[in-house]
Amino acid sequence: MTAPLLETRALCRSFGALTAARDIDFSLEAGARHALIGPNGAGKTTFVNLLTGVIPPSSGAILMKGRDITRVDQARRVKLGIARTFQINRLFRRLSVLENVYIAVAERVGAAPSMLRPAGARRDVVDEAMQVLETLKLTADAGRRISELPYGRQRLVELAIALGLKPEILLLDEPAAGVPSAESHIILDAIDGLPRDIGVLIIDHDMDLVFRFAQRITVLVGGAVFATGTPREIGADPNVRAVYLGRAGHG
Amino acid sequence: MIFGVDVASMLLGGVAAGMVLFIVSVGLSVTMGLMGFVNLAHGGFAMLGGYAIALAMRQWGLGFVPALGFGFVVIAALSAVLERLLYSRLYRATELDQVLFSIGLVFMMIASVTVLVGPENQPLTLPSYLRGQINLGITQYRTYSVFLIVVGILIVIGLWLTFERTRAGAQIRAAVDNRRMAESLGINIGRLFTVTFAFGSGMAALGGGLGAEFLGLDPQYALKYLVYFLIVVAVGGLGRVTGVFYAALLIGVLDFALKKYVPSGGTAFIYAFTILLLLWRPQGLFGTKST
Amino acid sequence: MTPPAVAWIDHPAAVALAGRHRVRAWEAIPWLLALAFYFAFPKYLGFGTELLITILFALSLDLVLGYAGIVTLGQAAFFGAGAYTVGMLAKRGIWNEPITGLILAAAVAAAIGLGSGLVLLRTGGLTLLMLTLCTMALLEEAANLAHDYTGGFDGLDSLPIAPLLGRFEFNPLYPTTQYLYVLAVLFVCFVFVRTLVYSPFGQSLTGIRENTLRMHAVGAPVRRRLVLAYALSAAIAGVAGGIWAQANAYVNLGTLGLDRAATVLIILVLGGYGRLYGAFVGAVAYMALAHFLSKIYPTAWQLGLGLLLVVIALFARNGILGLTEAAARRLRAPRAIS
Repeated sequence: MTAPLLETRALCRSFGALTAARDIDFSLEAGARHALIGPNGAGKTTFVNLLTGVIPPSSGAILMKGRDITRVDQARRVKLGIARTFQINRLFRRLSVLENVYIAVAERVGAAPSMLRPAGARRDVVDEAMQVLETLKLTADAGRRISELPYGRQRLVELAIALGLKPEILLLDEPAAGVPSAESHIILDAIDGLPRDIGVLIIDHDMDLVFRFAQRITVLVGGAVFATGTPREIGADPNVRAVYLGRAGHG
Repeated sequence: MIFGVDVASMLLGGVAAGMVLFIVSVGLSVTMGLMGFVNLAHGGFAMLGGYAIALAMRQWGLGFVPALGFGFVVIAALSAVLERLLYSRLYRATELDQVLFSIGLVFMMIASVTVLVGPENQPLTLPSYLRGQINLGITQYRTYSVFLIVVGILIVIGLWLTFERTRAGAQIRAAVDNRRMAESLGINIGRLFTVTFAFGSGMAALGGGLGAEFLGLDPQYALKYLVYFLIVVAVGGLGRVTGVFYAALLIGVLDFALKKYVPSGGTAFIYAFTILLLLWRPQGLFGTKST
Repeated sequence: MTPPAVAWIDHPAAVALAGRHRVRAWEAIPWLLALAFYFAFPKYLGFGTELLITILFALSLDLVLGYAGIVTLGQAAFFGAGAYTVGMLAKRGIWNEPITGLILAAAVAAAIGLGSGLVLLRTGGLTLLMLTLCTMALLEEAANLAHDYTGGFDGLDSLPIAPLLGRFEFNPLYPTTQYLYVLAVLFVCFVFVRTLVYSPFGQSLTGIRENTLRMHAVGAPVRRRLVLAYALSAAIAGVAGGIWAQANAYVNLGTLGLDRAATVLIILVLGGYGRLYGAFVGAVAYMALAHFLSKIYPTAWQLGLGLLLVVIALFARNGILGLTEAAARRLRAPRAIS
């Protein structure tokens, strides 16, 4: 049996007295569509930060295709094929959409360190960036500055940058967050259209999105895995309902 | 025994100088820790305070202690006005903008003082009861140095009590640690900033007056000692009163010791020391790492 | 590499990106003006030489501050390093050929930049600012202490610089050679910086400046890039310092001082940082004003300069070029109310 694409074993992370991640066992297969849900403060974003190497774990291991990457730094993990989007857009606001994706593609293909040739001379990078924009139907906006775009389309650029990295593992942190409901279908269509062979983990609160998209769901509560299963199993689980209904008062 | 007395008097001088450094720098540390604002004009407030105090004594015949109080109040008021009108517009600005603004402000302060008073060093005559020497058991010590040490200790205790025991102090500490959280708890950040800034600048004014006797008082004061104030703040840790206190004492004593035993190269040592310390602990000796 | 299914050569955005680096006609203007100055104002060539060197120094700061986003108050450390390299080698008769002297100056400054950058750029914000200040101050103190080599407070004067290319002498009274020499060096360095800025490396520096966290998240080796930019900018500052020593036949502690570092920062911000030509505009504006005002009314000059800085920080943070850009935008496209 081949090793899973991404795997964590007994992953823990504490900040002083606060335990943000507790003994998390998790696995993601190639081509998987996995969702991570849980109440606010459950540690979902912390988990993504652990997976991408933004913060180191207090204990436990992270493996990619059987290889231990727990000590590998963030930039190297991107090179290995892990890409993420952020809950709040992290874009180069004063650059154009094309330039935003160009930067990501240039890093990936190793064009970025080049100092003596103009950026535009790398036709391959420009073409690939435009291709990514095309898959997300962003080509019409390619020349516009990020700051001029509506928030929904900015969110798409966030996704485009991640796709420009040609990842094997894609971690989406609340991809529709902050997007007005009139525009959210753009994001959902884009997620539906993601390449079939990459493994995708989505964090979200929107249950419609989660149940539409996920083949497997993990519920995180208080930093620990509360339940894992198919959407039907999770939907029918009374304990999961209680955890959510019990915290219905919180925003 | 002679060596011991020598060391003791050098320590005394260093500690006294450190106290002045502390009194001037504590305001800078708190405002930088609280407001995250790089205020290179802080030395200017110390200079203006020194001038206010010296002139009040000379022109109006005010006593030393009343003049100190006068200087504190005047500079605190002036800085509060500047904070409301100008500083507050730059709280969200980039570090570069804050640096430029405060450099511009201190240039204006220096030029104004040069025009209004003149470029010469301002003498500040100490009252007779603070001059000379005082007998403290083993040997004689400079009265003024002892005075500075006593004042410094009283101030640090007073500040510590304010920060630890009063509600205003708690609010400041909360806002230094996590501004957004403090805001959501209903703390009026704007007013807190103004009051803290005014208080810090008033303290700088006090330090300017207290230190005039051995640091001098001329328009260049604002920039001449700026690096020292910044070093004390950075080494001590932003927003930590105790941190600034120990750092100021450390730098004061180091400076005095180096001037005595290694007359050339002392300043270089302090720069090298600061560099190494900040590389080892970027948050300073007592600061907390930003998340 | 398999060719893409559709080539995007004609898409306007791709065309814009591909043509970004093309030289525009107006870019020749500064150089033509500089040449015209040579013929028009032969009595002011000393001032002109100083102006060109200042532009070069400000250009080095633009690379590190305007493009890489590193706020430093210690750029004069590299200027002084270059100046003292040339000065010490010439004074002791070890080396006085000008062009290779500049290369040495650049190498020494780059080495210091690389060494200090590797160590300092682990920090950021106020700590980094402090460290750049302290490093420069430390270098200044070291130069002061090593007065047997550096001439201490008085510096080294009457540096015997060999004639340029064996033929053109540096005459302090008639700085014709100096002016053209500095202009040529400035041109070469400018071409280098311009190429760098429009390259993928320059693009990644812009990315680091605009959103460092995002650059980490796309796998960019951020610190390596910053250190490289820091070292390159140090090299150029070293060339500026070296050529200053050659043109003036003189070097002193002022080349390493906070005064020089603060002035070049003011100049760059006045012109507009991150815009390549801000160094030109700022240097001309500042030195023209300083030349007329600072000697006649030194206190008024300081007051006015301070006021200017306050106004810039509050209302015109992108300097003169930023203001002209904003004005041009408003003239070109009056926005409809959305």
